[in-house]
Amino acid sequence: MEFAELIKTPRVDGVVLHRPFMPTVEGTLCLTGHHLILSSRQDNTEELWLLHANIDSIEKRFVGSLGTIIVKCKDLRVIQLDIPGMEECLNIASSIEALSTLDSVSLMYPFFYRPLFEVIEDGWQLFVPEEAFKDLESMTDEWRLSEVNKDFSVCPSYPSLLTVPKDIDDESLCKAASFRHGGRFPVLSYYHKKNGMVMMRAAQPLTGTNGRRCKEDEKLINATLCAGKRGYIIDTRTIAVAQQAKARGGGFEQEANYPQWRRIHKAIERSNVLQEGLIKLVEACNDQSHSMDRWLSKLEASNWQSNVKEILTTACLAAQCIDREGASVLVHGTEGTDSTLQVTSLAQIILDPACRTIRGFEALIEREWLQAGHPFQQRCAQSAYSNGKPRSEAPVFLLFLDCVWQILRQFPCSFQFNENFLIMLFEHAYASQFGTFLGNSVAERLKLLLSQKTVSLWSWVNRPQELERFLNPLYEPNNLVIWPSVAPQSLLLWEGVFLRWNRSTKCLDEAYQEMVHIIEYNKELQNKVNSLRRQLAQLETEDGPLQTP
Amino acid sequence: MCHIKQVKLLDRFSNKSVTGTLHLTATHLIFVESNSTSAQEIWILHHHIASVEKLSLTTSGCPLLIQCRNFRLVHFVIPRERDCHDIYSSLLRLLRPVSYDELYAFSYNPKQNDQQREEGWQLIDLAAEFERMGVPCDQWQLTDVNREYKVCETYPRDLYVPITASKPIIIGSSKFRSKGRFPVLTYFYQEKKAAVCRCSQPLSGFSARCLEDEHMLQAISKANHNSRYIYVMDTRPKLNALANRAAGKGYENEDNYPNIRFQFVGIENIHVMRGSLQKLLEVMGTRSLSMTDYLVGLENSGWLRHIKAIMDAAIFLAKAVTDEGASVLVHCSDGWDRTAQVCALGSLLLDPYYRTIKGFMVLIEKDWISFGHKFADRCDQLDPDPKEVSPIFTQFLECVWQLTEQFPQAFEFSEWFLIQIHEHVHSCQFGNFLGNSQRLKERTYSLWAHLLSEKQNYLNPVYSPSFAESHPVLEPSTQAYHFKFWRNMYHQYDRSMHPRQSILKHVLTLKESNRELEGTVQALKTVSSPQQFERSHPPRPQSLILGAPLLSRKEVQQEEDEEVFGEEAREDAPASTGGERTVEGSSATENGYGELKGSFDSKNEPAVVTLEFGVARMTC
Repeated sequence: MEFAELIKTPRVDGVVLHRPFMPTVEGTLCLTGHHLILSSRQDNTEELWLLHANIDSIEKRFVGSLGTIIVKCKDLRVIQLDIPGMEECLNIASSIEALSTLDSVSLMYPFFYRPLFEVIEDGWQLFVPEEAFKDLESMTDEWRLSEVNKDFSVCPSYPSLLTVPKDIDDESLCKAASFRHGGRFPVLSYYHKKNGMVMMRAAQPLTGTNGRRCKEDEKLINATLCAGKRGYIIDTRTIAVAQQAKARGGGFEQEANYPQWRRIHKAIERSNVLQEGLIKLVEACNDQSHSMDRWLSKLEASNWQSNVKEILTTACLAAQCIDREGASVLVHGTEGTDSTLQVTSLAQIILDPACRTIRGFEALIEREWLQAGHPFQQRCAQSAYSNGKPRSEAPVFLLFLDCVWQILRQFPCSFQFNENFLIMLFEHAYASQFGTFLGNSVAERLKLLLSQKTVSLWSWVNRPQELERFLNPLYEPNNLVIWPSVAPQSLLLWEGVFLRWNRSTKCLDEAYQEMVHIIEYNKELQNKVNSLRRQLAQLETEDGPLQTP
Repeated sequence: MCHIKQVKLLDRFSNKSVTGTLHLTATHLIFVESNSTSAQEIWILHHHIASVEKLSLTTSGCPLLIQCRNFRLVHFVIPRERDCHDIYSSLLRLLRPVSYDELYAFSYNPKQNDQQREEGWQLIDLAAEFERMGVPCDQWQLTDVNREYKVCETYPRDLYVPITASKPIIIGSSKFRSKGRFPVLTYFYQEKKAAVCRCSQPLSGFSARCLEDEHMLQAISKANHNSRYIYVMDTRPKLNALANRAAGKGYENEDNYPNIRFQFVGIENIHVMRGSLQKLLEVMGTRSLSMTDYLVGLENSGWLRHIKAIMDAAIFLAKAVTDEGASVLVHCSDGWDRTAQVCALGSLLLDPYYRTIKGFMVLIEKDWISFGHKFADRCDQLDPDPKEVSPIFTQFLECVWQLTEQFPQAFEFSEWFLIQIHEHVHSCQFGNFLGNSQRLKERTYSLWAHLLSEKQNYLNPVYSPSFAESHPVLEPSTQAYHFKFWRNMYHQYDRSMHPRQSILKHVLTLKESNRELEGTVQALKTVSSPQQFERSHPPRPQSLILGAPLLSRKEVQQEEDEEVFGEEAREDAPASTGGERTVEGSSATENGYGELKGSFDSKNEPAVVTLEFGVARMTC
C-alpha cells in the first residue's frame, strides 16, 4: 500500500486538540491513509475523524520540544494540535501535507469507502437525462434528445445526451459546436411550462476579431423562438470583458447576425477573482480583533456580498425575461461552465417550484452542475486557506449555494430543505467519502468508473434517517414564482458557513428546536382533534339523531 | 379637512407609482389609492412628519417629499401647484405644534372611560419595582428629599439612596452635580448586594472638590460589603470629559475619591449620534444602491460602531456587578442620555424580568421616563431645536434588538414590540413620552395599557421562560460581525426589502392555533366521553359539531394567503389564464434587477399591498 510510505509516524500519544467553543481533548493521534483521527480512548467522548482531503493547509509552530500544528480545513474550520516531541510533530506535519495533496483521483477516499448502510436507492441511477427528457416530452414536442456527443468528441465537457431543438440535425450541432468555446453549443437548460419559454446555455461564440459568424449557430438558437418573437441573450460578462475576449478568439453575438435577440451584459466576476474574495472574506471572519469599522471595510474589500448580489440579480433578470416578458433566454459567459451555471440554476429555483424540493434540488445540481460540466475537481481543489498561487480553484459552487441561502432566507416557507442541506452540499463538494463531486465532467466520471467504484452522495442523503436533518419544518409547497429582493439591505452574510466555527450556536439551535417543536405539536393536536371528532360522530350515529339544543 | 384627487404616490426604490386621493385632516395626512381592487391606504400622523419638502415643478405635477420620524419616506406628485402649496403650508403649520394642547394625545380617544384610563396609568408602579429588586433594605432607603422636586427637578419624587447618606450629604452632593442630578440607585442586584447608580457629571472643573459628594460615593461603596471599591463609569470619550473641565464640569479625580475605579467608556454625544443616523439614512435611501456603497456607507456612518460602544459599556457594567460583585456608578454629562442607555441595557443583561413585556415597560418607565430623558427635545415633539434632537432612545431599542438576534429565546417580545414603541415615542398619541420630565397624565392615555391590550401581536413565539433560569445574566458576544443592520426598523415601510414570508408571523400563528386546538381537544374529550354522552346531551359550542369548520393549520394558512396574496391574485387573474399568483411583495420589476429598457412588451406590474404587519394602523 503506497499510503504507508507517506505515513512517517502513524501514532502519537499525549496529543492535545483545541477547537473553538469546545473543550480541549487529550488523546492519541492516529494517521491512516485517509483520515486524521484523535481519540481520547474513553467512552462517551467524541472522536475527531478528519478526512485528509478536507485539509486545506497546515502551519507548524514550535515552543521548546512542544510542537503545534494548526490544521485549516476546506469547510473553514481551524483546529490546533499540540504534539509532544519535535520529531513526531514534523513527521505528522509532513505526512498530513503529503496525504492531503494526493494527485491521483483514484487514490481518493471515495474509492476506498464502503458504506455501513444498505444502498436501497442508488443515487447514480437517480437522475438520468432520459428521465428528464420524458418530463419535457409530456409538455412539448419541440425538442429532441441528441446523441451527437456520445463519445464526447463534439464537446468534452458536455454529457453524452443533450436536449436540442427538434428541427436541428446533428450535423448542424457539430458546426455550431465548432463556433462555441470548448464546443459548448446552445442546449436546453429549462423549459417554462407556464408559457413555453425556454432558457438555454452555451459558451461564448468564437467570433474573434474579424467577426466570424456561423449560420448553424444562428439557426439553432432561432429555432427556439416562436414566430415573430424575440429573445434575450444574457452575457454574464461586462461588454468590456466580452470585447477583450475577441482578441483571444472569443466574443459575443453581433446584433447584425442575431437580429431577433437583444443582448444584455452583466458583471459577474471571473472565477479567479472569486477565489481571492473568498480568501479575504474568511480572513476577515476569523480575525477576532477587528473593530466595527475594520470589519465592515474588510467585508466590503472581499467583494463577496457584491458577487452574491450580482449573481442573484442576473438570475432574477433571466427569470424575469422568461416569466414576465414571455421571451426565451440564452445565457453564457466565457466557458459556460461557471457563471453561466450559477445563473441558469438560480433562475430555475426562482421559476420552478420543483427545484425547491429536496429531490428537485438534487436533480438541479445533477443537471445544471455535474452533467453540465462544472469542473468540480479543479474548482474545489483548494478552499479559503490555500496559500499557493491559485490555479483554477474558485468558489463558484459555494457562491451558488450562498445565493440559494439568500432566497431561502427571504422565502423560508417555500423550500423543502433547510440551511443544513446547503452546508452539507458545500462540505461534500470540497471533501467527501462519496464520489458524486469527483471529476470535472461526465466523460471523466465515466472513465473513473465512479458509479461502479464509489457510492453516490444521493444514495446516502436520501435515506430517511439522514433526510430528517435536512427537512425544513416550515415548508408548505407553493407553485408560485418567487422574486427575491436583491437590495443590499436584504442580503446577509451567510453566517452558517462563514461564522460557523467562530461563534457558539447553542442559543440559536435551541430556538430552532423550539420552533420545530411548535410546528410538530400543531400537527399532533390536529390529528387528535380529527380523531376525537370521528369518535363523536360515531357516538352520535349510534345514539340516533340529535336534537339540536 | 381637504382632499386632492389624482395624486401620484411614487415608490421610493423603483419607478412604480399609484394614483389616489390625498386627504388632510387635523391629525393625519391620508392617501387612499383610487384603484378599487387594491385600495391601499396610508395614514401619516402629523407628529411623525420630520420634514416636508416641495421639489421643483415637473411635467406631471408638483412633487412633495415627506420624511417621517418612523423612517417612512413618501413622495407625492400633486397635479396642481396651488394644491401642492396649500398642503405644503398646512403641513408646515401642523407639524410644528406650539402648545401641548395641540398634541394628538389630547384629542386621541380610544373610547375608554376615565376609570379605564386611570387604570392604564396604574399598570406600572415603580415603587413595586424597587420592592421587587429588594429595596428598601438594610443598606438602601427611600428618601423624600426630592418630594417637591426641589433638589432635582428632572428626577422622580421617590429616590433610593444608601442608608448612610444623610440629607445634608445628598443636598451637598446635588449642588456639586450638573443639574443637581446626584447619585441615586437605579438597579439593585440582590444576589451580590451590588448597586447600579446613576448621576450627572461632577462640577469639579480643574480642582474643585466636594466633601459631601465624596461622602456620597463612599456611602454607595459601603452599602456593598462584597467589594472594597465601586466602579465609576464615565460613559463619555475622555476628550469630551476633559473639555468639560474648562466649563467647570468634568469627572471624578481618583485621588479625592477613595475606593473608586474610574473608567471612561467612550460613547459619543447626541450631536455625533444625530449626524450618524442622518448619514445612515442617506445611504440607505439611495436608489439602486450597490453592495459596495452600502457597506462603505454603513461603515462611514459609524452607526454600528456607536451601537457596539453602548453594548460594550452595558456589558462592562454587567460584568462588574456579576463577576466582581462591585457596585457601579454611571454618568455622562447630564446623566439622561448615555447614562440612561447604559443603565437600562445593563439592567436588561442582569435581570430576566426586563426581558418580558411587562418588565420592559417598567424598565423604560424607570430609566428613561422617570429619570428625565428629554423625550420632547430628543424626539422633536414640541418647540423644535434641531440641535437637541438625537436618536438616543432609538439606539437603546436597537441594542435590545441586537440582543434578541443573539438570544432568540430570552425575550418575551419580538422586534415588532420594539418597533411599535419607537412608533409611539414619536406619535404623541399617548401621554407617556410627552414633555421632558413633567407628566401629562390627566387627559391622556397610557401606551402601556394599549400595548398590553394587543400583546398577542408582540409575542415572541420561541420565548422560553426557562431560558432565564439557565441564563439569568446575558453574556452577548461583541464581535463586530454580530452587529447587523436593523432592516426591519429603518426600512419598516419599504416592504420590497423584507423577507417575503415571515417565520415570526408563521410560527406565531401556529402557536396561537395550538392554544385553540388544545381547547378544542379538551371540549371534545368532555362531550365524547361515553358517560358524559349518555347522561345528557350537553349543549355544545358550534365549532364542536361535526362538519363545523375546523380552523386547521391549512385553513389558517389559506386565509392568510388570501390576505397576503389577494391583491396580486385579483390583479393577475384576468390577465393570465393560469391564475398565476406571486408571493406578496415579490414581483420582478419592483426589485430592479436591471432595466429592460425598450423591452418588447413590458406589462404593467400589479400593485403591491402595503401590509404593515405589527404596525397597527392608527385610528382617530
